[in-house]
Amino acid sequence: MAWLSDRRAATLLVFAVIIAALPLVFPSGYYYRVAALVFVSGFAAIGLNVLMGQAGQVSLGHAGFFGIGGYAVAIGPAHLGIAPWAATPIGAVLSAALAYVVGRPILRLKGHYLAIATLGFGMLVALVITTESRWTGGPDGMPVAKLVLFGWRATGASTWYWISGAVLLIGAWIALNLAETPTGRAFRALHDSEVAARVAGIDVARVKLQAFVVAAVYASLAGSLLAMMNGFINPDQAGFLHSVELVTMVVLGGLGSVAGAIVGAAVLVTLPQLLTVFQEYENVMLGLIIIVSMIFMRDGVVPTAARLLARRGQP
Amino acid sequence: MSVLKATDIMLAFGGVKAIDAVSFSVAAGEILSIIGPNGAGKTTLFNVVSGVYRSDEGRVELAGEDVTGLPPDRLAARGLSRTFQNLQIFQRMTVLENVMVGRHLRERCNLFADLLRLPSVTRQNRATRDAARAQLEAVGLGTSADKLAGSLDYGACKRLEIARALAAEPKVLLLDEPAAGCNAVETRDIDELICRVAAQGLAVVLVEHDMRLVMKISHRILVLDRGRPLADGTPREVRDNPAVLAAYLGSHGAREAGRA
Repeated sequence: MAWLSDRRAATLLVFAVIIAALPLVFPSGYYYRVAALVFVSGFAAIGLNVLMGQAGQVSLGHAGFFGIGGYAVAIGPAHLGIAPWAATPIGAVLSAALAYVVGRPILRLKGHYLAIATLGFGMLVALVITTESRWTGGPDGMPVAKLVLFGWRATGASTWYWISGAVLLIGAWIALNLAETPTGRAFRALHDSEVAARVAGIDVARVKLQAFVVAAVYASLAGSLLAMMNGFINPDQAGFLHSVELVTMVVLGGLGSVAGAIVGAAVLVTLPQLLTVFQEYENVMLGLIIIVSMIFMRDGVVPTAARLLARRGQP
Repeated sequence: MSVLKATDIMLAFGGVKAIDAVSFSVAAGEILSIIGPNGAGKTTLFNVVSGVYRSDEGRVELAGEDVTGLPPDRLAARGLSRTFQNLQIFQRMTVLENVMVGRHLRERCNLFADLLRLPSVTRQNRATRDAARAQLEAVGLGTSADKLAGSLDYGACKRLEIARALAAEPKVLLLDEPAAGCNAVETRDIDELICRVAAQGLAVVLVEHDMRLVMKISHRILVLDRGRPLADGTPREVRDNPAVLAAYLGSHGAREAGRA
């Protein structure tokens, strides 16, 4: 049972138990759908957290990669005769390649400048998707073919709950893996002191690019998953607001925390559903809650809660 | 045979010559100290030699090869490590992880293997952790290994930086004010550590304000004043040099140096 003392294994076990047990408390099928949305967003947020929380680089255009993944599974089957399951990795490879090409010049920028450059990238992707209506259906979006695996059609909220839950677990496993390896340590080192990281022999430009590509692949896969789940996609998935939402999930949940990314996704996906009781004040309430939680939990929900628990644990 | 050799280094910021025609060399097992008043260009010289800054003119050789203008990570790969005057530790990592980062160049680093944390990665992690732990013991931080580096006090951070730099197993170690802000006991520990490191065959270049430490452990001293070399020689020669006394040591420093 030595593996249980490993924090990575323990964390994954907790996630697995939660995913397995949640349906027991679902009052209706609708909850499967909301939870699946949380899992997909959480998956994208885990990836963005590798870039932002581990490597300390911001991206305000990450929905661009989300959109590329989504439109890959839309355009592939509709125009090119590629099966949805095959279009998913193709989208991921495209996103990785684009992240590599775009990342090389823009990751030399720091802080606000990097934020603006990534924002520009995201807007560009959304613009291309909106204007190339012959391929993408334009602003109205387009339908996405059903995922068929070995003759089995993935339909229904509960099916997608289990698919997205399994994918989320794999995504969490990989991000947890990474943190305590030479690459992960290099990410975290450059986050704290770029000059010290370079002096330690870390090729900072290369390492930043790796984090950017990893985060792009996560976003792309999440985009594909969501498009197949919804059976539909529109340019909003690649838009600026969605990028901001992803960043908010990471920061609200807790930079550098895998559990934080999932919690952040859960908050941002479920809160609007809960806040519908406020009707036209829904968005105001959402904004207020985010502002207040950032004031009182600057490090994010999960790190703050972990610190409180640790303090209580001490005699 | 010098391991590190800098020739006629020149660097200007705007119109101000921060470093003007400075040369030095250091051999394996030797401790060279660079001293001078504030603003003499000591840290700037370190930044040039370690690749953080690019000099306008001059040449840097490491182990006989021209390394002028190479970035810090490439210099590190060729055996040059340094510490920083203003601490540059990885605050959000543990003390042990800081030193493990120092082992980066000794590790095989493959993104895909790391994403899947293959058994080879786990094995390598174990080896890195053991080596880092040994390095921490050597600087007397063994008991703090699992603390967050950001929680260490100043003197411990200084030693942590040295441990991280040594973890790379360099040929040359540049130390920028390793004893600054340390008490007498900590300073003695650091001085013993530096002597031990040099005895193992490393070339050590030291920037330090603590004159007793400098006079005690240096084999040679280079004195800078306003970016220019003022004197160069053994501690005794430098101490007895009237120009140095006038420009830098002053009456107080001379007295302290005399006691060392």
